[in-house]
This record gives sequence, C-alpha cells and structure tokens, in this order.
Amino acid sequence: MINRRFFLKSSGLALVSGAMIPNVFVKMANAATTKGRKVVVAIFQRGAVDGLNVVVPYAEPAYYAARPNIAIPRESVLDLDGFFGMHPSLSSLAPYWKDHSLAFVHAAGSPDATRSHFDAQDFMECGTPGVKTTPDGFLARAVKGPSPLRAVSMTPTLPRILSGPEGAVAMTDIGRFGVRGDVSPMFEAMYGGAFDAAKMLKAADPQKLQPENGAQYPANPLANSLKQIAQLIKSNVGLEVAFADVGGWDTHAGEGAAQGQLANNLRNFSEAISAFIRDLGSRMSDVVLVTMSEFGRTVRENGNRGTDHGHANVMLVAGGGVKGGKVYGKWPGLADLYENRDLAITTDFRDVFAELLTKQLGVASMKSVFPGYEPKWRGLLA
Amino acid sequence: MKRFLLLGVCILFTATSSSLTDRQRATHALDRLAFGAKPGDVDRVLAIGVDRWIEQQLHPERIADHDVDARLAPYATLSMSSHEIYEEFEEPVIEARRQKKELNEIRDMLPREKRPRRLIEELSAQRLIRAVDSERQLNEVMADFWLNHFNVFAQKGLDRVLVTSYEREVIRPHMWGTFEELLRATAKSPAMLFYLDNARSRGGALNENYAREIMELHTLGVDGGYTQKDVTELARVFTGWSIERPGEGEGFVYRRFAHDRGEKTVLGYHFRAGGGMEEGEQMIRVLAHHPATAHHIAYQLCQRLIADEPPASAVDRVAKTFLATGGDLRKTVQSVLDGPEFWDPKYYRAKMKTPFEYAVSAIRAVGGSIDDPLPVARQLQQMGEGLYLSQPPTGYSDTAQAWTSSGGLMARLNFAVALAENKLPGVRSVNADTHAVTLMLGSPDFQKQ
Repeated sequence: MINRRFFLKSSGLALVSGAMIPNVFVKMANAATTKGRKVVVAIFQRGAVDGLNVVVPYAEPAYYAARPNIAIPRESVLDLDGFFGMHPSLSSLAPYWKDHSLAFVHAAGSPDATRSHFDAQDFMECGTPGVKTTPDGFLARAVKGPSPLRAVSMTPTLPRILSGPEGAVAMTDIGRFGVRGDVSPMFEAMYGGAFDAAKMLKAADPQKLQPENGAQYPANPLANSLKQIAQLIKSNVGLEVAFADVGGWDTHAGEGAAQGQLANNLRNFSEAISAFIRDLGSRMSDVVLVTMSEFGRTVRENGNRGTDHGHANVMLVAGGGVKGGKVYGKWPGLADLYENRDLAITTDFRDVFAELLTKQLGVASMKSVFPGYEPKWRGLLA
Repeated sequence: MKRFLLLGVCILFTATSSSLTDRQRATHALDRLAFGAKPGDVDRVLAIGVDRWIEQQLHPERIADHDVDARLAPYATLSMSSHEIYEEFEEPVIEARRQKKELNEIRDMLPREKRPRRLIEELSAQRLIRAVDSERQLNEVMADFWLNHFNVFAQKGLDRVLVTSYEREVIRPHMWGTFEELLRATAKSPAMLFYLDNARSRGGALNENYAREIMELHTLGVDGGYTQKDVTELARVFTGWSIERPGEGEGFVYRRFAHDRGEKTVLGYHFRAGGGMEEGEQMIRVLAHHPATAHHIAYQLCQRLIADEPPASAVDRVAKTFLATGGDLRKTVQSVLDGPEFWDPKYYRAKMKTPFEYAVSAIRAVGGSIDDPLPVARQLQQMGEGLYLSQPPTGYSDTAQAWTSSGGLMARLNFAVALAENKLPGVRSVNADTHAVTLMLGSPDFQKQ
C-alpha cells in the first residue's frame, strides 16, 4: 500500500482508494481491541560491528593473540558463561541477561562471501544472500497485518528490508508525519494509502506518551527511534514490525578496546536498548528485539588498531519468550578461520529470523520470506 | 462519445510513444541535464535549439556565471586552503580543548561563523545556490554525480577541514577531463586518504579500506572480477600514500618508509620486490582504463541520466566510448546523449527525483530565489540526503527504490506547501495561485523527471 505505487497513482485511481479509507478505521477499531499483539523490533547496525569485541570469547587465548591493542581485557569483560563476556559498555543490559530475557547468537551471519558493505546489507535485507534480483525486503514479505502502521521504519527513507508491494511506513518523527495545511484532502485523493497511516497516527497521538518505569532514553538517534517505537507499541496501532538503524561501526582505525570509539558507540547502543526494555516493562512480553549487522570484522587487528571487513558476527535477541541468559550458536573457534582471516558462520541469520517471525508473528510459511532456504530453528524462543 | 474519447486517448498515446515533441525534448533536457526548468526556460532552450543548448552545457567553461560567482563571494571559506581552514577553525578548538574547556564552553567562546560546522554550511549553501541558479546546469548535475561517486563523509573527523578543497581542487576541475586524472586526484586527496584510512596504512600494518572501495565503488564495480587477495595486495601497493601533517590540512605525501617493498600481484599485474610509489601510479592507470571500469562508469552515468535500469545498448555504447577515448569524460557523457535511448519517450518523466533534485527543481519551477540556503540544506538532511553527509562510501542511491517512501512523500508535500505559500524559510517565491502551485509541486508527475 505504502510503496512506489502511490507515486504512480493517477488521481482517477486514487478516488477508488479514497472511498476505501473508512475500512481502515474499521480495521483500526479492531486492532485497538486486540491486546497482546506481538511485535518484532529489528535494529540494523550498519557498517559491520565488530562482534568479537561485543560478545568477547575471553577464554580463548587466540583472541588476545590476534588483537594485541584492541582486545577487551579479561578483567574488563562482563562474564556471561565462563567463556564469553560482554563488552563493558553493555553493562546496562546485564540485568536482562540475568533475568533471562536477553540472549546472543554468536558466529551468525549471511553466508555470502562478499565483504562489500552495500552488497552484504542488500543481501541480508532481501533475505536472499547472493541473489541481486530480489525486488523486496524479507520483513516486508513477512508482515501481513491489516493496520497501515503494521510495519514502521524509523528512518528518513524506506530501507530495503521493508520495501515491497505490501510496503511499510518510514518516518523519523511520529508527531510530524502528515501534511500541514488545508490542501491535505487533495493530496489524499492523489496518493490514497499513504495518508491512512498519517490519519491513524493523528488519531492515536502516540507522541504524548511519556517513558514509563523510570526509563531514561539517552540523547542519541537510536534511542530517539526506540522511544518512538515504544510509543507506537503502547498506542495499540497494530504495529507488528518496527525497524531502526544505527551507523558508525566501520572501525578500520582506532577502534579502541574497553574504552574508545567502539566502546562509545556500544554504550549509546546498549543504553538505548535498555531504556526501551525498561520503558515497555510488562509489555515487553509481547515484543522481541533483534539486532543484525552486514558482516563481522577480521579476527586480527589491522595496522591501525582497527579491524577490516570480515564474516560472522553476533546478534542480540531480547524480549518476551526469549530463552535468554545463553549464547546460542556453535562456536567455530578462532583457530580455523574463514578464508584464513574471519570468524566462520555457524548460524545463518535467516534461522534466527525464521523462528522469530514464526513464533512471534505467526507467519505460517517461510517459503516466500526466505525463498530457496530451509531455516532451522535454534530454540531461541519458548 | 465515450468511444471518441478513448480513441483520442489512444492517439495521444501513440503520438507520445513514437517520439518526443520539440517541447518535450526541451523539457526532458532540462529535467535530466539541469535541475528542471525555471519559468521561461523551455522557450529559451527551444529558441537556442535543444542540441545547441546541450553542446553549450557540455562546455561549462565557456558559459559566464557572474551572478552566481558574486553571490558566492561572501562565503569566505569556499576559497580558503585546507591549512587556512585549519588555522581559523580547528586551532581555536584544539587550543580550547588543551585548556580543558567543556564542549559547551568552547561553543560559547566561538561566534557562529567561526565554528567548524560553518564549513559544511558554506559548502551546502554553495551547492544549493549553484544548483538553483547557475547557468552551468549540467556542470552542477555532474558535480552532484562525481561528488557522490567519490563520496567523502564530511563529519568523519578531520574531513570537515578537507572537503572544501576536495570539491574545489579535486572533483570540480577534473569532471570534464579524463577519468584517470579524476581518479588520481581523488587517490592523492587528503580528504579521501583520510576518509578511507589509506593515510594510515603501512607495510606490515595494512588497512584495506581504500583498496577495497577504489575497486568496488570508484572503478571496477562490485562484480568487476577482483578477489579478496586483490584487495589485500592492492592495499600493499598503496601503503605509504598518505598526508603531510594530516591534522593541519596539509597535502599528499608518499612515505617511502611506510611502503611495503615486498613483491605483489594485483589483478594479474606483478610487482617485483623493492618497488615504490610507481606501483600505485600504475594501478591507477590499470584501474582507470579497465573494461570493467568502463562498464561500471557507463552504467552509473546511464542510470543517472536515462533510467534506474538503463538499457544495455546505451551502457555498451558509452562504455565503448569511454575505452576508445581513454576515459574522456566529456565525450563519455556526450555518448549517453548521442543514442536513441536518452530520447526514448518511455523515459520521459520516468525517473524519480532524489530529495536534492526535488527541492532544487521545485524552487526553480516557481522562480524562487534563495536568500539563505541553510534551511533547505537542513530539510535535505531530514529527507535523508544531507549534502556531504553520506556516511558510507557508497554515497546516496540514485534510484526510485531508495527514495520512495511515505515519509519521503510527506516531507516533499510539506516542502511543496511551504514553498507555494512563500513560507519556506530562506526562500522567496511569489505565487499568484498558491493552491495550484501546491498541487503542481506535490503531484506525482513533479516527483519525476
């Protein structure tokens, strides 16, 4: 509905969709009474975060051998299970690890060998690694709900992962999504569906909702996105999938260790997520948050105390139904590296999403979501 | 009656699908080779003749642009060297930091026009003034294309000091020369050396960021046939290509002692041990004239000027011209326009405008004048196409897929409302019928060029 079609729509055609507008409000009324609607929140860390410094295999000596300047010292990591530990910047997430609502999947990723940011992001978002002709994003293919706000991306442009004929809404400010002035009805006639979401938002007025449970969102773009996603969830507007992205992970130089560039980014990242979880409180039982990044980074640090483009990475999964307090995935170790430089992939990122989409959103079949792939559930969710 | 109407529609369709009318040709040329028509532009182009107008536009150096030159004069940083910029904008900040001042203290200390962000503001202002009002319109279209092709993110550390001279000395003077010269200029530019980390890459302490992107984005293209081994070996070739006192806005330097002197093989080219800077020079020649590069550049130019999925016949012809002329960029651009594809009616008003193209073409369409470009620059940022602010080396996408979204649409419609009602900050536009203008600027047709 909200896609390239509305740009092509002639005003003649739009009259038809204008006449359909009341249906949306009927659907909306239904949506508002549907309690316990499940939501998936996906965060893309663009630029390839260094997963080995996020969830650190601190018990593996090869890790320290490969990273003389940028390894997270053993005494700084926040131990998870005696083998892995979190980067100290993730400390605000520790309570959720302890109460088993947070898990990680390590050595996960997209199996295509590309080390191009652009291609790797594209492959991941389309859900078809190695195939460049897929026209739409896999989350767009998974979302089928009736609400015009069923899929929302907190970005100025619609990301690949949510583009497609069923479409999604992209915005950066839920309070300003709409057209000012008295010409609005005429634009509605021109563009039809695009305005359903705007009207629904105006009626629900989610931006008036304050963070709850003492949650304090830090001042960073990801936190701003998550705060607004929380407002949408609380407003019961029929949201099923929300998306946000965050950049700054391409640490080719001066990555830092327990402190420094990556540490600062990770603090912004984790504090945004922990504020979101806290804000949603008990509502979090209906929400699963998952993170992804296009590939990992080289096991060995490069000449500039940074890391170059690698392969496998780590994903974070948090929320209701998550069997947390565990690092999932077969650990391939740092002795036998992919192409002699990178962490090998043992869990396809599609396995993680397939389980989430099936158990959380009730998507019946993964055939159209991940064509040509048979996902294997990893038992992440109850 | 109904049948007659239908017939009329059919005739209209046949007429438009065989070839463009003269008026459509002029409009199309202004849409694609300029940032849209100002009131009266179509008639002016028709009076000159479309082909002659294009010929003029292909030689921007012959077109006077005094008005725009005069309007850019007050933007003092545009003509400053990187070192002058460093002394004026960075040193006070560094000094304040040395005195352990807090960020907000530093901000309060510096008047607005002395803050480092002023640099990007003046550059953005310059781009918008030129795009809206320069007589050298094709030159501005190509500046947008090449700055995006050789993207540098102005907010990566020192790059804020370096982008001014990057645009002025590296991109703009080489846009109509050979691709090899343009590529070499970027390879030796402090802005690129810093942005893609090559300035820090040393023998035995490699950084492969630039080596990858020069092949993937600048030359061969991601499917251009190179391997991870080629990336690593090319990174070794470029070791030592660095910046003289990088913190202070100085120029290119080759550091002999940082160069990896071992033997190397890149894309089948073998370098014996003991080599130096000439290895990088040779690889720039090889990459600049590689058939995969010809195809990649041809594809991108055709994508920009013809269609999101450009016809293979055009791409092949342009690639051939690129190779046959040694990468002559004027002839290469001309070759995009020489074939039948550019003028095919199916591409008339068929390409989605990017936010930059939309905003500029809207201001031009209403004959608006920009008093202060910064509010428009900020709007572009909110629409996802902030000038000089693309963080990944890929730059911004040029296809409809990237820019079609409900949020983007709302932003455009609000832009249209404000501009039509003469309420767009920084822009004056007097419109007799604001209602009609709003609907025109917000119409699906006007989103396309």
